[in-house]
Amino acid sequence: MSLKAFHIVFITASVLLAFGFGAWSLVGYSDYGRTADLIYGVSSVAIGIGLITYGRYFLKKLRDISYL
Amino acid sequence: MEIPYNHEARPDTGLYNAKVGVWLFLASEVMLFGALFSAYILLRVGADPGTWPHGLLNIPIGTFNTAVLITSSVTVVLGWAALQMGNFGAYRKYQAVTILCALGFLGIKSFEYKDKFGHYEVWLKEPVTVKHGDKEVKTDRLLGHIDYNGAHPYFWKTETLAAKKVESFKFAPDPYHYTMSMKEMAHAKKVAAGHKHEEIEIKSSQVKRLSAFVPAHSTFFAIYFTLTALHGLHVLGGALVIAYIWGPGAKLWKTNPVQYTNRVEISGLFWHFVDLVWIFLFPVIYLL
Repeated sequence: MSLKAFHIVFITASVLLAFGFGAWSLVGYSDYGRTADLIYGVSSVAIGIGLITYGRYFLKKLRDISYL
Repeated sequence: MEIPYNHEARPDTGLYNAKVGVWLFLASEVMLFGALFSAYILLRVGADPGTWPHGLLNIPIGTFNTAVLITSSVTVVLGWAALQMGNFGAYRKYQAVTILCALGFLGIKSFEYKDKFGHYEVWLKEPVTVKHGDKEVKTDRLLGHIDYNGAHPYFWKTETLAAKKVESFKFAPDPYHYTMSMKEMAHAKKVAAGHKHEEIEIKSSQVKRLSAFVPAHSTFFAIYFTLTALHGLHVLGGALVIAYIWGPGAKLWKTNPVQYTNRVEISGLFWHFVDLVWIFLFPVIYLL
């Protein structure tokens, strides 16, 4: 597996973490009403979307490099 | 005699030697971290209800460090991609950011460790009354910071009180304890936010046990420091290798650019593994 393929695995895990942490924070906000949780939740979801956009850009940029 | 497939890919597998080597090494690393993760999870689910410390780690700092490591993985791969396109200058810039991110991560982690080494739990022989959020509670276990002659000491334990002949010390209790539920703890923190903690005087004769948040404090901190320190050592090792290839090792680019690019890829694979470990470590240790 090349660095390109491993990077895709890593970005996928990071996207899942970003959405998971976002959900965790938003649940925390609805339970305890802490503003910080709302900020973390919204920022995390935004970062998750940003990482998906980056992933698409990365795949396009490195389309000629092997996955091996 | 030249070693075959040292930098060119073997036709049947499509891999050069170092790539096979690094994946074998990473497989052994998966077993190492996997064993520690399993130990953490089994200890956690096996703990008696209400005894497992929670809510003691700094989530904003942990989140920031996660973002730092994700950034470093992006720059490491963009640096490698720049080399593939023959752009050595761009590679140098991207890898410089990677090294800075690694140093930033370690610096922030050291700050987090320092904070833990000066944060205490004290077990008392007789309960005292303290404020937990908006409630007054009688408790014989307090979390907080020691103030001894105007200083905030680190690494004190029960024996330190006798060794330093401390008769009494001031203690600023936190408005919560980890035996509280998540909801109670969150409420207590919210109520106490912005208020100064009132210090209480504790006589050494009243102290049953005193411990900073160090591995000896509890199973939680033992496994927390084991996992995060081992991960930190990997970050340091990876950063040193990347810095060597980026700095003194860069001469190889002029004589053998293919082998140099391969070296960058191998260090990048290790770096991604280290970052992936953190992606699992962060939610398991900080959030659950």
